[in-house]
Amino acid sequence: MSENGKNNSKMELLEKKLIVIGSGPAGMAAAIRANDCGIAASDILIIERDRQLGGILTQCIHAGFGLKMFGEELTGPEYAGRFIDEVRKRGIGAVCDSMVLSLSADRTLSFVSPATGFVRAKAGAVVIAAGCRERSRGALNIPGSRPAGIFSAGTAQRFVNIEGYMPGHRVVILGSGDIGLIMARRLTLEGAKVERVVELMPFSSGLRRNIAQCLEDFGIPLMLSHTVTRIHGAERVEGVTISAVDEQRRPIAGTEEYIACDTLLLSVGLIPENELTKGAGIPMDRVTGGAIVDENRETLTEGIFACGNVLHVHDLVDYVTEESYLAGEAAAACIRGERSRPKKVIGTKAADGVRYVLPQRLNLPLEKDVDLYMRVGEVRKNVKLTLYADGEAVKKFPRRIVTPGEMERITLNAALREAVNGASQISVGITED
Amino acid sequence: METKPAMTCIICPMGCRLELTVKDGAVVGVEGNGCARGPKYAAAEFVAPRRTLTTTVRLTGAAEGDRLLPVRTRDPIPKEKLFEAMAETAKITAKAPVRRGDVLAADFIEAGNALIACKTVE
Repeated sequence: MSENGKNNSKMELLEKKLIVIGSGPAGMAAAIRANDCGIAASDILIIERDRQLGGILTQCIHAGFGLKMFGEELTGPEYAGRFIDEVRKRGIGAVCDSMVLSLSADRTLSFVSPATGFVRAKAGAVVIAAGCRERSRGALNIPGSRPAGIFSAGTAQRFVNIEGYMPGHRVVILGSGDIGLIMARRLTLEGAKVERVVELMPFSSGLRRNIAQCLEDFGIPLMLSHTVTRIHGAERVEGVTISAVDEQRRPIAGTEEYIACDTLLLSVGLIPENELTKGAGIPMDRVTGGAIVDENRETLTEGIFACGNVLHVHDLVDYVTEESYLAGEAAAACIRGERSRPKKVIGTKAADGVRYVLPQRLNLPLEKDVDLYMRVGEVRKNVKLTLYADGEAVKKFPRRIVTPGEMERITLNAALREAVNGASQISVGITED
Repeated sequence: METKPAMTCIICPMGCRLELTVKDGAVVGVEGNGCARGPKYAAAEFVAPRRTLTTTVRLTGAAEGDRLLPVRTRDPIPKEKLFEAMAETAKITAKAPVRRGDVLAADFIEAGNALIACKTVE
């Protein structure tokens, strides 16, 4: 950039050793760890589209973050605050109100902001930490006209906690994932009446403690195996019709119930936000919705890393931080040209009952502990997560309960390394014993 | 007479399902806990449930234009006082600059507790 801060020439390229896209817990942890590993603070640039650092944690004002990382239950802003303070203290470069428009496989990217205008940049390594977005009503195909009063739960959270607006006064929530549950409590405390939480599946994907603290505490009814089949109201939501659903999740005729309300919140799934990743031609995993990565969180495009919710949707921010430290450390090694060539690269696969395993690639031989993260497809009790090397069971990890709503983790430790390092494929599946 | 109410422990995300044995209004036994904190939580929750309140208060003078400041009770307050606490927070307007951890209201709801800022705002 020239001295007046403006990117005057099309030809001028902003060069940085490391560019991190996103300043949520993932981006900040990656940047901090890269700095720990020898990349100078002024050689790092975090690009954030919101007006302040912190990502989604800024609007997650409830407590429950950091139990594993800090041994305390912090609110979202408190957790983010520790990392924001660290970024500031170290003088790690960061720009806000800056939207990355494109990313290429050769690690050039473009971003735009009111302060700088349009900027083209090139990085030695890129960490994509762009987070995720919510599934919308359009994706659900709920019939009705388009009245005001329909929000995704996260949008409602932004309005209440950042902008200071109530989305409505009489609320129905579709989806019993944690965001829906948290908003049920938040809106109730702020004076709204939450009439019902309606959940399509026969189980809630939210934490059991949230069912207790957000619904039971306030007498808000939860209806499992139900869904919203119609939204009523022309200018503004006037009510919704809910129906019970069968095992195939199809509405059962004759079970309709009308609930008067002025607001419908949708908490029906999070989707990793990968327009930039796809635009760079980086290979994706259809099940996670994010890029295919190795144990260092490097994508299949050299020098481009991904971590946090953009890679796979997490439940615990502590795991996001751990994963992002891996990405930051590996990005630093990449920049410093310190990486060793693996002898072999193998794939990991999801077997019976497991929906995905991440990382999807392992560079062998593994020389330190590697955690495999996964999610199961349905609720199972008293089972084992079984690790297979070339189809042979190598280790069984017992679990009292596994559920789609809670990410699982198993560690490939020193005892397992020999078996893993000699294999051509690793997989994990659920077994009864 | 003995009763066996159930409750979900909320100390950590495990959310263990606890089965209590209650005799003469007191908890005499707890089953289903995954750790030692469970029975302690169950006993307290049965007699006097407490919750951490997290909410926002109005904020003025923020350099970046924040209109709200996220706040929390430093310690959990009696569950039945949550709405009273919300009404108290509505009377508070914080003024920037504020540092994470600053006390906005001392002896909040009860002596020794406090309403504290969750975010640093310049």
